[in-house]
Amino acid sequence: MATHLILRKILKTGRVTEPAPPANAAYRVRLQALQAELYEVFGRALTIRHVDAGSCNGCELEIHALNGPHYNLEGLGIKFAASPRHADVLLVTGPVSRHLETALKRTYEATPEPKWVVAMGDCACTGGIFGESYASRGRVANVIPVDVEIPGCPPDPVRLLEGILAAVKIDRSHGAS
Amino acid sequence: MDTHIGDIELTLTPQGGSAVWRFGLAPERLPAFARAIQEEGGQLLALWGSDDRHLGRGFGLHMVFLSSQGLVWTQADLPAAAPEYPDLAAIFPQAERMQRAAYDLLGLRASGAVDGRKWLRHTAWGEDEYPLRKDAPSQPPPASPTQADAYPFIRVAGDGVHEIPVGPIHAGVIEPGHFRFSVVGDKVLRLEERLGYTHKGIEKRFEGMDLSLGARLAGRVSGDSHSAYTWAYCMAVEAALGFTVPERALWLRALLLEMERVANHLGDLGYLGNDVALSFGFAQFWRLKEDWLRLAQRLFGHRYAFDCIVPGGVTTDLGEADALLDLVRRLRTEVAELKAVYDEHAGVQDRFAHTGRVDPAMAARLGVIGLAGRASAQAWDLRVQFPHPPYDRLEVNMATDRRGDVLARVEVRFAEVFESLRLIEAIVQRLPADPLQAEVPHADGVREGLGYVEGWRGPVLVAVRIGMDGRLDRVHPHDPSWQNWPALEVGILGNIVPDFPLINKSFNLSYSGHDL
Ligand code: SF4
Repeated sequence: MATHLILRKILKTGRVTEPAPPANAAYRVRLQALQAELYEVFGRALTIRHVDAGSCNGCELEIHALNGPHYNLEGLGIKFAASPRHADVLLVTGPVSRHLETALKRTYEATPEPKWVVAMGDCACTGGIFGESYASRGRVANVIPVDVEIPGCPPDPVRLLEGILAAVKIDRSHGAS
Repeated sequence: MDTHIGDIELTLTPQGGSAVWRFGLAPERLPAFARAIQEEGGQLLALWGSDDRHLGRGFGLHMVFLSSQGLVWTQADLPAAAPEYPDLAAIFPQAERMQRAAYDLLGLRASGAVDGRKWLRHTAWGEDEYPLRKDAPSQPPPASPTQADAYPFIRVAGDGVHEIPVGPIHAGVIEPGHFRFSVVGDKVLRLEERLGYTHKGIEKRFEGMDLSLGARLAGRVSGDSHSAYTWAYCMAVEAALGFTVPERALWLRALLLEMERVANHLGDLGYLGNDVALSFGFAQFWRLKEDWLRLAQRLFGHRYAFDCIVPGGVTTDLGEADALLDLVRRLRTEVAELKAVYDEHAGVQDRFAHTGRVDPAMAARLGVIGLAGRASAQAWDLRVQFPHPPYDRLEVNMATDRRGDVLARVEVRFAEVFESLRLIEAIVQRLPADPLQAEVPHADGVREGLGYVEGWRGPVLVAVRIGMDGRLDRVHPHDPSWQNWPALEVGILGNIVPDFPLINKSFNLSYSGHDL
């Protein structure tokens, strides 16, 4: 019975990753352009490890949204990993709370080279509204090297995706910095 | 107003036209008062401290109780030299972590408390430093100390018992916190939570901010409850300054709050499907949620309507009411279809039912509140019992369940999605024609107020004190996660470790809102 309902719903829903409404069409064009770019510059699956360094959880809402069917992230060759040891990109949200500073540094050290750090959201880029205080170290770059900063509070999924891809395009010799 | 709670006579001072009553009492009378509240079926909602020495007093210990009379906000003045008060956790267990936090931040000691361990403090400040005191150093230390937290966890001894530490950084995209499981085989004997990792000094940060910047910060206490916090904060400011905002603004605030409730429930219902291997549920609910967020972007210029609620009113009007009503109707149909799938799917029902159970008696004992409370027969919803405008004209139907398991929390979410959709339609159809904002008057002295909003997770409270200079002097935001985190420790008992993500998601508590 449930199977019947599921199949009917799937058939009725169709593919949402190729949406018809004009507001969505803009997203789709950008996604396709980005998709080609990803394969060109990286040539393989890109693995991301998310680290919440003290966010308000607003940025996490958009990371979840990016994993939804409108964006078809896995179809783009991007996936989120459970361990930093499998990651190419660390996606860091929030100002860095002092209570997470050590954990963030350790996660960074545990990520194999080459690695890129993407600071997501105003807090990660500048410290945002929380700033620096007895409890907060402010921007991520105060604690670990950052390759890309995506402003926004929170940045929406398309900007987030653009930022992630901007990271793998940077030709930076690690160790020199 | 003179009234009584149990056999305690009190003189309550009403706050504007709301259900908040203020009441001052001596610290030694707190336990008797708390017991009287408990005997008449009330609960403790929040407990926090304030440094009042610059006002010619000592320290303040504040509590908000949920009672048949409304929200009773009590304040006890503690001497500056030895700020102590009698332990209240023996009466209301949910007071325990709040008392420990009040010690960590302000040095207010609960005498006679059984658990005197630190709570929000890890290593960022020392044992004899109290960052929320007005005389705490304002210059941040250059770098953080590197020593470990050294938190004294409680050990479970016995044959074959071993510990599984998890976090603070988790495998999935969730907020950081530490969970220590004591298990035999796969079965959980005990779970101990260690929170406070995302503590970023929010309460201190409020101090000295102007009233509009304060609203932005309030909205970022827990981003997923942005509208709940900004509304509660603004309600507190408006009560403190004694002015009313235009009706249209209040109705639009309710619209934003109900939209936030729908968005969060849709996302969680999707993840709950995912956690029991029904990825179909994830794809479907997140498709609907994305449609909802994109509509919010179109209507309010932001997918989560950030910063639309400000002191005095709201910043954006509802432009395309028809687009909203169309999507509401479509969601009602589609969510009903998906509910039929969840209901009929034997595997889903098997995993949801009897999992992560907090029975009604335990929920009452722990003071479990909000969505999780209602799923364990704790029938409190501020929109129902103490409806502030416009809820006084909307007649919200409360969703409750007695089972207290994952299934009950899923059922309550479904019911609340449908109810919020009904409320959104009613709000759109009855939106009064008014301006969007009133001018915020200047404070003429120290003013205080309390705001309360039933957010999607439960009651969000914000207490505000405005100083002589018209800026924020003290703000305390309270998230319902405070009293619901301990319920997760109970709900997991006797379950298997692999069911933890499912049980955790069914509560979906806030770390940031708790850690502050
Ligand atoms: S950038 Fe905004 S949404 Fe992201 S963590 Fe900071 S306050 Fe929250």
